[in-house]
Amino acid sequence: MAKTHVTCTINGEETEFLCDPNQTVLDVLRDDLGLTGSKEGCGSGDCGACSITVDGRLTCSCLMLGPEAEGKSIGTIEGVATGDHLHPVQSQFLKHAALQCGFCTPGLIVATKALLEKHPNPTDEEARYWLAGNLCRCTGYDKILAAVHAAAAEMRGESA
Amino acid sequence: MNDISLKDALKVVGTRPVRPDGVDKVVGRAQFGGDATMPGMIFGATVRSPHAHARIKKINTAKAEALKGVKAVITAADMPEIVSEEAFVGEGPMNFRDLSNNLMARDKVLYDGHVVAAVAASSMSIAKAAAELVEVEYEVLPHVIDEIEAMADGAPVLHDDVFTAGVDPKPTKPSNVAKRVEFAKGDLAAGFAAADKIIERTYKTAPVHQAYIEPHACIAAYNADGQCTVICSSQGQFMVRAYCAKLLGIDISDIRVVPAEIGGGFGGKTLVYLEPLALALSRKAGRPVRMVMDRVDVFRGTGPTSGGTVKVKLGAKKDGTITAADAEIILQAGAYPGSPMGPAAMCCWAMYDIPNARAVGVDVVSNRPKVAAYRAPGAPISTFGTESAVDEMARELGLDPIEMRLKNAAKNGTKALYGPTFQNIGYVETLEAAKAHPNLQAKLGPNQGRGVATGFWFNIGGESSASLAVNEDGTLVLVSGSPDIGGSRASMAMMAAEILGIEVEHIRPIVGDTASVGFTFLTGGSRVTFATGMAVCEATNEVVKQLRGRAAKIWEIDVEAVEWRDGSAYPAGDNAGKFEPLSLADIAAKAARTGGPITAKGAVNAQGAGPGFGTHVVDVEVDPETGHVKVLRYTAVQDVGRAIHPSYVEGQIQGGTVQGIGWALNEEYIYTKDGRLDNASFLDYRVPVASDLPAIDAVLVEVPNPRHPFGAKGVGEVPIVPPMAAVANAICAATGVRMTSLPMSPPKLKAAIDAAGK
Repeated sequence: MAKTHVTCTINGEETEFLCDPNQTVLDVLRDDLGLTGSKEGCGSGDCGACSITVDGRLTCSCLMLGPEAEGKSIGTIEGVATGDHLHPVQSQFLKHAALQCGFCTPGLIVATKALLEKHPNPTDEEARYWLAGNLCRCTGYDKILAAVHAAAAEMRGESA
Repeated sequence: MNDISLKDALKVVGTRPVRPDGVDKVVGRAQFGGDATMPGMIFGATVRSPHAHARIKKINTAKAEALKGVKAVITAADMPEIVSEEAFVGEGPMNFRDLSNNLMARDKVLYDGHVVAAVAASSMSIAKAAAELVEVEYEVLPHVIDEIEAMADGAPVLHDDVFTAGVDPKPTKPSNVAKRVEFAKGDLAAGFAAADKIIERTYKTAPVHQAYIEPHACIAAYNADGQCTVICSSQGQFMVRAYCAKLLGIDISDIRVVPAEIGGGFGGKTLVYLEPLALALSRKAGRPVRMVMDRVDVFRGTGPTSGGTVKVKLGAKKDGTITAADAEIILQAGAYPGSPMGPAAMCCWAMYDIPNARAVGVDVVSNRPKVAAYRAPGAPISTFGTESAVDEMARELGLDPIEMRLKNAAKNGTKALYGPTFQNIGYVETLEAAKAHPNLQAKLGPNQGRGVATGFWFNIGGESSASLAVNEDGTLVLVSGSPDIGGSRASMAMMAAEILGIEVEHIRPIVGDTASVGFTFLTGGSRVTFATGMAVCEATNEVVKQLRGRAAKIWEIDVEAVEWRDGSAYPAGDNAGKFEPLSLADIAAKAARTGGPITAKGAVNAQGAGPGFGTHVVDVEVDPETGHVKVLRYTAVQDVGRAIHPSYVEGQIQGGTVQGIGWALNEEYIYTKDGRLDNASFLDYRVPVASDLPAIDAVLVEVPNPRHPFGAKGVGEVPIVPPMAAVANAICAATGVRMTSLPMSPPKLKAAIDAAGK
């Protein structure tokens, strides 16, 4: 089967790749572009470990085919920090011990960033429902929520 | 040197620094099992049985081998036949032959999802296509899924060489009952005769999966010279090495296992599923082979923990004094013997000082995947029964559930039913802390109820190794053999920093591969902070001794006259004040002239792990229309000995508690009539999500364990023990309905409420 040529933007950089028409964006990122920060926990859109943004919208990259990325702007965990400067969501996850094994963490950080860009001051319930598509088996979510609220405050310019 | 056993003197232990591996994990750079690559690697896939129980008549691999891009196909014929032998490599009972047959079925498949062949090809899509081309001819056999049905006369017998062990006389016929164990003390009949009230109940629990988010993954290379490298995520690189060596007939020294970051384990990664297959494929193909499971195969082919039946009989006086307690715990082992019925029996009454008690464990095979360890293996199942019964007794007698437990609580000097006499335990302290917690004063509304339950786990020690090396600039590298699942690198570095009197950031902790650190038993049993921590402390104390020796040499005084504090050597005694203190960096810079590199090793077989106890309080609201349970408040109190890094201790308690809430309310394996797993996805196997839960208040009680340099006890397993009973007790308080079967899912609870006419 002939491969499809795709041009898109990934973390701000114009990127070209060739993929099988049935290859997922997750597989393209991990296997062809070396961006292994996005994880596969289920391959069926249930766990959120592969979360990316597509034109700003939170998406499971395991449910999107490579050719669908044509012309799109994709954000992955590798693009969240600016150089060696961590994004507030990343630094608050560390400060609040919001990760144990760290496997779900990239997806949760991408999802949290997307939440806070849209809703700078979510209630606890809003944050919990937004993150309900990101499974974490280690933490019980408690410290994740603490990190989300601390990051929201930091992004609003309030001192934590 | 400061007395590090005094909490007030601690400068690093008990603080909350950012974990040393943290940045890698928040920027997506951490390398997990499925992230590693090797030059020339190819991709492996498995062929799995669609039948619950069948004889393999023939396997034809010709079509698969003929597919372009296929490099190797293996079946059991490519694996050495292993003789029956007890293995003490992982957590819980295991037999090398059974493990081999579980990896790759030899004569019979014993469950839906049992591997029968594996293929390796130049791409994952070709490997999957080739797996479809492997033709397996089966003779389908009758199957049995439920443990009680498996025990019945006339049930399909899985193994013709399993004769119930632990009964006298030895049975003459094989059966699905693999083993019976019993722990007993006192006189049960007299104890029940002395009781004013007796409660007798049978409880059922469903098997639940560990449900780590990272599926099993590895990459393995078998070189032409017989040297093997395996990179994988597991709870023990030495465990993977031992199993691969044994199951493939390779010398241990020819295998190097490099631990990748591990994406959750909870006991489920204490054995192997893929690594020996990947090595066997690599041997045949002459290329490195990567294998990554998909989620469906994780559910069908790995874990879970047992489901089971728990029969409880409890007798007490009117004042709440328990006079007799009896429990029989019948656990599913899955396809091969080895359920955690032993610890289930040992743990279920351990919270209490009961004069007449018995706990019986029964191990039953059926056509399910072989069970694997899951957080406090067995204890949550048996304790769901016993702590539900204790709650019911308190309710019947009109007693407060915490007071009832205080009245019968195990204390220092109590001889546990399973043998040892407790020392330095903090059970009563957890009950008292729960009693004083604001959760108990919170007002409850209509359809709301409060439940209390407690739990116990032994915690273990065992073999661990660590090494510490002083770098040229006075910073240090700390290598240990324990895979870090929940932040243990942080706690290892913190203990070393405390002893050295330096900032934790000056120590870089890593997890060594099997060729770079001494043998270390796997991460499990809540042993790492305790046992590996002791190895780290031993290595660090030796480095401090060497540093004092180097300072003594520089000053030309006796080593006994050198004191180490706050990261520097000071002249002491008659020499006090005679020389300027030498910092770690000063001594490191002069290392070459004072004797060479400063390094030390710690190697321990740690004994004296302090047992752990927890008390949980939960408030729930039940929707009588739907049977849905909302958890409103949750307080989990636990004796942790001493929290090295309190955030990660709290995290263990919160995470374990939430797994318990999932076990209580949602999680279960559902089988079709023909024995196939019907809910092998995260959509249908419902683990708790953020919106299901309230904040989980983890309350740390510290009753130090004197056998550990800082007083640490294991913390990871206790928190999953009480939640199922705590939630059931809360549901009973809210509705008056006593649920005795897990999960307490909406349809089941709704039916129970309707049946009770409430």
